[in-house]
Amino acid sequence: MSEPLLIETRNLCKHFSAGGWLGGGKRVVRALDNVNLSIQRQETLGVVGESGCGKTTLGRVLLRLIEPTAGQILFEGRDIVPLKGEDLRRQARDMQIVFQNPYSSFDPRFSVRMSLAEPLQTHQGLQGAALEERASELLTQVGMPVDTLSRYPHEFSGGQLQRIAVARALALNPKFIVLDEPTSALDVSVQAQILNLLQDLQQRLNLTYLFISHDLSVVEYISSRIAVMYLGKVVELLPTALVSAGQAQHPYTQALLSAIPEVSAERRHKRTLLPKSVFEGKAQTGGCSFAPRCPFAMDVCRTVEPPLLELEAGHLSACHLANEME
Amino acid sequence: MSQALLSIENLSVRFKTYAGTIHAVNSMSFDVRPGEIFGLVGESGCGKSVTGLAVVRTLPGSGRISGGRILFHGEDLAAKSEAEMQAIRGRRIAMVFQDPTASLNPVFTIGQQIDHIIRHHTGDNHETARRKALEWFNAVALPDPQAVYDTYPHRLSGGMQQRVMIAMALCSGAELLIADEPTTALDVTIQAQILELLVKLRDQQGISILLITHNLGVVAETCERVAVAYAGQIVETGPTSAVLARRLHPYTEGLLAALPTAVQKGQTLQPIAGQVPDGLQPIAGCPFHPRCSKALPVCAQVNPALLPVEHADHLTACHLYTEAAA
Repeated sequence: MSEPLLIETRNLCKHFSAGGWLGGGKRVVRALDNVNLSIQRQETLGVVGESGCGKTTLGRVLLRLIEPTAGQILFEGRDIVPLKGEDLRRQARDMQIVFQNPYSSFDPRFSVRMSLAEPLQTHQGLQGAALEERASELLTQVGMPVDTLSRYPHEFSGGQLQRIAVARALALNPKFIVLDEPTSALDVSVQAQILNLLQDLQQRLNLTYLFISHDLSVVEYISSRIAVMYLGKVVELLPTALVSAGQAQHPYTQALLSAIPEVSAERRHKRTLLPKSVFEGKAQTGGCSFAPRCPFAMDVCRTVEPPLLELEAGHLSACHLANEME
Repeated sequence: MSQALLSIENLSVRFKTYAGTIHAVNSMSFDVRPGEIFGLVGESGCGKSVTGLAVVRTLPGSGRISGGRILFHGEDLAAKSEAEMQAIRGRRIAMVFQDPTASLNPVFTIGQQIDHIIRHHTGDNHETARRKALEWFNAVALPDPQAVYDTYPHRLSGGMQQRVMIAMALCSGAELLIADEPTTALDVTIQAQILELLVKLRDQQGISILLITHNLGVVAETCERVAVAYAGQIVETGPTSAVLARRLHPYTEGLLAALPTAVQKGQTLQPIAGQVPDGLQPIAGCPFHPRCSKALPVCAQVNPALLPVEHADHLTACHLYTEAAA
C-alpha cells in the first residue's frame, strides 16, 4: 500500500499473569499474542471481538497506557516502546483516547473547565484568557454550548458527556484517537449523533481512529477496514466492503456476523450458533485457538496454528480452510 | 380483551425524589397473550423496566403505582396485598434481569440457591428439589448440570449464569417470564444462544414472555408482537413485522432510521433531534412533539389516544392519523 502508515505494530504481545492466589495455579493470559497491524493516516480501523479477546488491551498498549510485554509500536516510523519521561510525554500529545463510560472517565469534582484545562496547562502552558478561549473553541467543535464550562459531569446526559470527552481528547490536536466502545453506553438515537460527530471531526481535523467495539454493525458503518480478534490474536483483517459483500472468510467472523440480530430481513444472515463461550472453549495448547468452537474444524486445526496469510490484496485471514481452498 | 394473559391498563408509576415527582410510567397500556413473546422496546428512561418491576410489585424506593390496573388472568395485581403477591411472584410470574452476576449470591453454590427457591415454593424435600433443578439445568441446555449444581457463580461464564437465572426463574412453574434486557450484558454469540433458548422454552413449555429490551434487532428476531414505549407511554403497538415495516409513529420511524444499518456507508446517520424528557416536568400534549419533525399544532395541546390504524391489531398514538381522517 502506498499510503504512509501512521502506526504499525510488530509482533506486539501483552501477557498478564493471573491466578496464583489462594492456591490456584498461576497461568499466563495472552491478551495480545503477536499482533501485527498497520493503521494508515486518516483511516478508521475497526477492531471487533467478544469480551476478553484483547481489543481494549490493544487500544491501551498502542497508547502506552499499558506496557507491552514484547514487540514494537512504530508511530510515524519511530518505535515508541522504549520512550521514557519527557519523550513519552511529548509523544502522548499525538495520541488520545475516548472511553466507553463517560460517567467514570470524568472526575465528578472537576467542572468541565477544569477537565478541559488540565491538558492545555500541562502540555501547552496556556493560561487565563487564552485557556478560556481554547476550551470554548473545543466545546463548540463538539456542538456543546460554551456555558457548559462551569458545569459538572452529573449535570449532563451520557451523550452530552461523551461529546465533552471527545472535546477533551481533541485538546492537544492529536493525530490518533483510540475510541474504545464510545457509543456502547448510549441509546441508538444518541449513538447516531456521536457517530456523525466523530466522522465530521475526522474529516475536518484529519484524524486517524482505532474504533473498538463489540457491535459489528457500528464498526461496519464507521470503519474502512476491520480487524477481528479472538483470544489475543487477529484472526482476520479485511476491508469493510468485503464484510458487507459477505466475503469474510474466517468462520469466527462469519459466526459473529450471523449472531447480530437484524431489523431488516434482507440483512439477516443464516445463523451459525457457536457452541460454548470463549472461555469454555479454551483448554488446549497448539493449534487454532478457535478450533474448539469452530463448526468446520479439521484435524490440522487442533495441532497446527494457522498463520495470518494474505488471501487477496488487503484481506488477511488465519485459517486452515482458506489454504485448503487454494 | 379476554384473550390476554397479562393486561396492562392505563398504568402509571410515580417516584418521589428531592428534585420532584418523576412520572416514570404514564397511562401505559398493552397486553401479553398466552404463549407469545411480546417485546417492550424503548430507550433509557422510557419506563420499560419500571413497568416490568410494577407487574411483580417490586418497585424500588419511593416508586408507587399511582393509577391503572395490571390484570393477570383477569385479577388486578395492583390491588393485591403483599401476602397475595408472595403467592404469585416466582410461582406464576418470574423475572430475569440484565446482569446475572449481580442476581446470583456469590457465597452460595448454584445448587444451594436453586434448592432454596424450589423448596420454598413447592415444599419438596431436598432430593426431589435437586432432581427438579437438574432437569431444569438440562432444559436450559447447561452442559454438565451436576457440575453446575455443585459450583459457585463466579466459576460460570455470563452466558451460563444467565441460563442458571432462567432455570431458577422457571423452576417453580411460572407461566409468565418477564425478561428485562436478558442479553444486554452478553456477547452477540452468547446473546444468540440465549434468545434461541427463550424461543425453545416458549415452544416446549408453553410459557409467555414479556421481553424488555432496547434492541430492535432482538425484537425483530424473537417477538411476535411489540410495543414501542416513549416517556412512559406506548406510542405504537402491533405485530412485530407490521410495526417495523409500517412505522406509523414518527418515534418508531426515528428509532429505526438512527440505526447504523439504516443508511449506506458514508452517508450521515439520522439522529432524533433533542433529548429524552426526564419525567420531572409533565409535557403538555403528545410527549414526543418537541422532538417530532411532523408535529401539528394540536400535538402540543392534546395527548393522542392509542387507536387502531389500518388494522385492528396495529395501534398508534399519533394525531397524524386521526387528523387525516377528520
